Amino acid sequence: MLIIGERINGMFTDIKEALQNRDPKAVQEWAKKQEEGGARALDLNVGPAVPAAERAAAMQWLVEVTQEVSGLMLCLDSTNFDVIEAGLKVCKNPAMINSTNAEREKVERAFPLAVQYGAKLIGLTMDRKGIPKDADSRLAFAMELVAAADEFGLPMEDLYIDPLILPANVGQDHGPEVLKTLQQIKLLANPAPKTVLGLSNVSQGCQDRSLLNRTFLALGMACGLDAVIADACDPLLTETAAAAEVLLNQTIYCDSYVKMFRTR
Amino acid sequence: MPVEVLKDRNPSRVGEVVLGATKEEGGTRAYSLKVGGDPALPFHHFEGQTPNRPVIALEVQDVVPNWPPALAACYQDVWDNPAAWAKKCVEQYGADLIYLKLDGADPEGANRSVDQCVATVKEVLAAVGAPLIVVGCGASEKDNQLMEAISEAASGERLLLGNAEQDNYRTIVAACMVHGHNVIAKSPLDINICKQLNILITEMNLQPNRIVIDPSIGGLGYGIEYAFSIMERSRLGALQGDKMLSMPVLCTIGHECWRQKEASAPETDYPEWGEAAARGVLWEATAASALLQAGAHILLMRHPRAVALTKGLIDKLMQPSDF
Repeated sequence: MLIIGERINGMFTDIKEALQNRDPKAVQEWAKKQEEGGARALDLNVGPAVPAAERAAAMQWLVEVTQEVSGLMLCLDSTNFDVIEAGLKVCKNPAMINSTNAEREKVERAFPLAVQYGAKLIGLTMDRKGIPKDADSRLAFAMELVAAADEFGLPMEDLYIDPLILPANVGQDHGPEVLKTLQQIKLLANPAPKTVLGLSNVSQGCQDRSLLNRTFLALGMACGLDAVIADACDPLLTETAAAAEVLLNQTIYCDSYVKMFRTR
Repeated sequence: MPVEVLKDRNPSRVGEVVLGATKEEGGTRAYSLKVGGDPALPFHHFEGQTPNRPVIALEVQDVVPNWPPALAACYQDVWDNPAAWAKKCVEQYGADLIYLKLDGADPEGANRSVDQCVATVKEVLAAVGAPLIVVGCGASEKDNQLMEAISEAASGERLLLGNAEQDNYRTIVAACMVHGHNVIAKSPLDINICKQLNILITEMNLQPNRIVIDPSIGGLGYGIEYAFSIMERSRLGALQGDKMLSMPVLCTIGHECWRQKEASAPETDYPEWGEAAARGVLWEATAASALLQAGAHILLMRHPRAVALTKGLIDKLMQPSDF
């Protein structure tokens, strides 16, 4: 299970202020804290913290200050590919692009960009019309993303398909559809594409968020979930991931399995 | 019809360990040996070239062993003299390195003193230029004293010292760290303990590239298949990036094979089994060939003819296979 730490995001006040004042302290603290928690990649999202015209420069700054304290893979998160490409240019290690949907126009930009920079790519199972209701329509988009990987020469293992989960109090019926989609994505190609979820979304606006997050994490892992963008500083979440890896026979058991998950 | 060979792409590889230190490296060995580094399943050269060939150590003991006639015929002229014995193994029998087993230290047996054992190690080091593996007698307390003393006396030689086990690893690991040796992490045919022991050892800050795994093996006909599947699983773990299963693997083949009656029983007991000398050699060589294919990097053996057969097999297995 690849945990991508979600916390370096301009939506949070401390990161927003860090970006506006170009003060790396909060960014670097969260980078270290998430890595200690068990994150093996860090999502970087400028968000609405700075005006649109300055976001490319802000993304580069985020990449640079994060790299000063962490060697983890960086997951560049923006709806604007120019912002992502600006970040990719200064990444020292192969990065991850977050994200494209299945719209042709976006696919034509995102996949070549990933290939050019040797990056992994998150593909959302939706188009401009929004999130599909059921597994079948999610799978149709997943198939388009798989075809695009073939077309543009992105290794299938570098494609991370996100079947999109909604909050439990908003779209409760989406939970089982997402799980079904996860299982079937693995049948679309050989080698199979990877799968990812923006996990915290499942509990947005709900009570006992950590419980919902880690329960859906375990359910998802049993269906083939490879990665989550999530709260890496929630110890119960990383413990659940560690236990599920053992129970799904993905990693060999040892008495220190929780510790190994966090320090590997 | 053209056949498409499916190739696995592995994200990681087995770690490399260097055995023995030359003068330039701070020791006195004539050469050092690198083991491990495999990027794929054993000898799947088409998925990634095996960088280092498996090596064979011949066993030398510090007291005259109670070995069957097939082995006595090879060693009885030297087996009261470990230095001469080691020299014969290297010069006549082509051992890549020497496995010095200090069974004589056993308090229940010959009970040789720590000083006597240290002297034996020094004599063997002086007699041969090959790297050395040194393992105690199996009595924890005595072995801890032994390994501390040997470690210090051979400081810088980059010996491979054993055995660290789950309930007794601290002393030997500390000794290896201080004096620049490698350690054998021995687990009882149990992959979970194997992994946990590596974690415990690295938590003492000995680097993973200083550890060799002894998974324990069963001899041919006595559970070798358990060892095979444990070694296979640990190799798959290593290739998937499990750093605590990524160490090279050592197999105590000679010890396990020659204590079985199939290898050592005289012809008078089992006339239908054929000539005893050939039978033991084949028993050992066959076990070695199975364990090589399971991923063994260091083979601890006894009979020179079994060694010759195994070396021939390694030559063939190491030939590039391009598909």
